[in-house]
Amino acid sequence: MQTEIFIAGFGGQGVMFAGQMFSYAAMDIGKEVTWIPSYGPEMRGGTANCTIVIADEEIGSPLVLNPPAVIVMNLPSLDKYESAVKPGGVLVVNASMIDREVKRTDITWVSLPCNEIAEEVGDRRMANVVAAGALLALMPILTLEDIEAALKAHMPKRHQHLLPKNVEALKRGAEYAKEHAIKAK
Amino acid sequence: MKRELWKGNEAIAEAAVRAGVEAYFGYPITPQSELLEYMSRRLPELGRAFVQAESEPAVINMVYGAACTGARVMTSSSSPGISLMQEGLSYIAGTEVPMVLVNVMRGGPGLGNIAPSQGDYSQITKGGGHGDYFPIVLAPASIQETVDLMPVAFDLAHKYRSICCILIDGSIGQMMEPVKMPDMMPVERKVYDWAVSGAIGRERHVLSSIYLDVPTEEKINLRILGRWKEVQENEIRYREYYLEDAETAIIGFGTAGRIALSAVRAARAMGIKVGLFRPISVNPFPYKRVEELSERVKSLLVVEMNAGQMLRDVQTAVRQRIPIRFYGRLGGVMPFPDEFVNELQDLLKNPGKPEDDPVDLWYRRMMAR
Amino acid sequence: MATTIVNPENLVYSRPKGLTDMPSHYCPGCTHGTAHRLVAEVLEEMNLLDKAIGIAPVGCSVFAYNYINTDFVQAAHGRAPAMATGIKRVLPDRVVFTYQGDGDLVSIGMAETVHAAARGENITIIFINNAIYGMTGGQMAPTTMPGMKTSSSVNGRDVETQGYPIRMAELLATLDGAGYVVRRSLHDPASIRKAKKAIRIAFETQVHGLGFSIVELLSTCNTGWGLTPVDSLSWLEEHMIPVFPVGDYKVSPEVAALKI
Ligand SMILES: Cc1ncc(C[n+]2csc(CCOP(=O)(O)OP(=O)(O)O)c2C)c(N)n1
Repeated sequence: MQTEIFIAGFGGQGVMFAGQMFSYAAMDIGKEVTWIPSYGPEMRGGTANCTIVIADEEIGSPLVLNPPAVIVMNLPSLDKYESAVKPGGVLVVNASMIDREVKRTDITWVSLPCNEIAEEVGDRRMANVVAAGALLALMPILTLEDIEAALKAHMPKRHQHLLPKNVEALKRGAEYAKEHAIKAK
Repeated sequence: MKRELWKGNEAIAEAAVRAGVEAYFGYPITPQSELLEYMSRRLPELGRAFVQAESEPAVINMVYGAACTGARVMTSSSSPGISLMQEGLSYIAGTEVPMVLVNVMRGGPGLGNIAPSQGDYSQITKGGGHGDYFPIVLAPASIQETVDLMPVAFDLAHKYRSICCILIDGSIGQMMEPVKMPDMMPVERKVYDWAVSGAIGRERHVLSSIYLDVPTEEKINLRILGRWKEVQENEIRYREYYLEDAETAIIGFGTAGRIALSAVRAARAMGIKVGLFRPISVNPFPYKRVEELSERVKSLLVVEMNAGQMLRDVQTAVRQRIPIRFYGRLGGVMPFPDEFVNELQDLLKNPGKPEDDPVDLWYRRMMAR
Repeated sequence: MATTIVNPENLVYSRPKGLTDMPSHYCPGCTHGTAHRLVAEVLEEMNLLDKAIGIAPVGCSVFAYNYINTDFVQAAHGRAPAMATGIKRVLPDRVVFTYQGDGDLVSIGMAETVHAAARGENITIIFINNAIYGMTGGQMAPTTMPGMKTSSSVNGRDVETQGYPIRMAELLATLDGAGYVVRRSLHDPASIRKAKKAIRIAFETQVHGLGFSIVELLSTCNTGWGLTPVDSLSWLEEHMIPVFPVGDYKVSPEVAALKI
């Protein structure tokens, strides 16, 4: 069994962190995992993305052409990667930064205002966690509890007080996705 | 043992620390800089030597000096920096002192870019510096494999008084994977009968790569070659996947090799009987094993992130026994497994002749895209 | 018809011809942009745009050729003064300049820089001193100040093990081949005006065949320093200028006699 997640957005939207969150959770439940970022100067002002591969056996390629699970946090990322989602896969769209609908009908997708939901939870910077919650609701690669345990185990001490808010953000994302997702035709 | 998620460059640094590295010298260059940054924090904390030098020529000569004492010493860099070290590497080889070199390869030639590439295979396996010498080159494909090879690299360097290079690309340096770190080994400086340490209670030792007496230089060259023969005999490393019933096989090292693993699984799911041969020691290259493989399968697909540098070694082993197909991506492009699967399907349809030039066919197909 | 909001008679500021129409890739707030503009303005004012050949370094300004509107080549890390020498010796009537950071010029390129100056190579160097390796992610540079935190000196530069910063203008001023060696800063408008004047004199030095010229420009790297652009400017003034005093370190009598 192998699943791949692809996350893209602007630098500073927590794209890399969200990917690492999935990676820690996958590792902690005994899976093989790779996390690979786009790296270098392009990250500073421009776009950032990372691919996470989660599997039961030795992982081959850390990159995949058509990932089944994709999160896009900004419009350029949707424009660029909508077509890459594997047919039947899941696409999570950050509606706070993207004002268009998804055109594909062969994938399950949800468009949710990650920034606003994160703000309601109490921290705008957790938009990435909201998106992660939404993704897991539509494709249960990991459980929300796996993520929670990983955050608890690996977040630096100085951030531990943010744990309840992160869990709340995950749940809000998941709830929104369950209610509003558009199923693949 | 607990698994922890490590970034490649930092895991390599920590593995070297645990393997007892006593001194590290380096210069910043992407996509390797995290290794230097990690060492800048970690080594002073342990009372070991760290210097960020003013340039790569300075780095390699600091390494040269430290290596002459018999210490476990290493440096790391990426392609342009490694090119600058070639003079020093030749001196180190000529003086027969041990060192570990990590090359986190990036796209080239020239300044190129910072994306993953395998374009330095020939440079390190076939020379690069002047003169006849033979670095041991290990090409792992994952962070765990790299971590596991770090102590091996030091052991080999010291056993054979040789340069041992860990050859990886930017993707392994930059990605994260779960790693089981080995335990911390104590730093122990062995007493070597060749190292300089001050002639306390013994004859003095002189280390040099100058042998003005020509017959002596020839003898030294033969001694270096003799050690290399031992390395060839004893230090071949590789991994094989799904080869038992394979009718065709992919050969690739490092990242191209692991990408090929995905391709092999995908092809198997389509009913293609294909296996994977992944050399880990690319110098010495597992010629014999590839030769045996070529007697069992009907054709080979060689995949690399360069223009066919390891392909030459495969061809040497196969000696036109079966058709070989080549597929490479250049300049920092990382191939997807799907590209290898396509090649494989095409190879099965049109195996071609054993004497065909694989690079020629590949080049024409690349240009037609 | 589109309405023009800008009336030509009110225009006080526009892009000099010496700069291309290319959006900058530098981090917002970086003074590389200011330095580029000064070079471009001086070359334009001296009518040298079609006579000048630039050499881009390795560092954040590796793409300087995208912005400064003259012929350009791109050097290996630290080798720009050697490349400039090669060009100038073959084309002595052209104006040859390099544009280099502190890692490029003071660290890996120290030998090339010192020897170009010692030979009295008739070239001009624009030297950006931001006390850090910007491009590779903020490591310690040979101009990093004692105690300054960087990604390879996380507890601050420890002079016991990492040594002291190199003052390049002072060092080069000791060489007989150098005609014009000065340090300026880019932290406020008055300093920027003085920097421009110095760049002008440096190019005049070359045009009059008066030897090696270099203008060291104290610059900011807000990303590498972890400060806002505005805070970086005051940080430069407070922390860099005491270590790297602004001033003229060598103005040969022939250069001093130039009437500009
Ligand atoms: C031989 C070689 N070594 C290392 C590098 C990596 N490298 C790129 S830029 C740079 C440092 C640039 O710093 P600086 O000159 O201070 O300029 P800045 O980026 O701060 O403008 C380094 C070390 C390289 N390109 N080539």
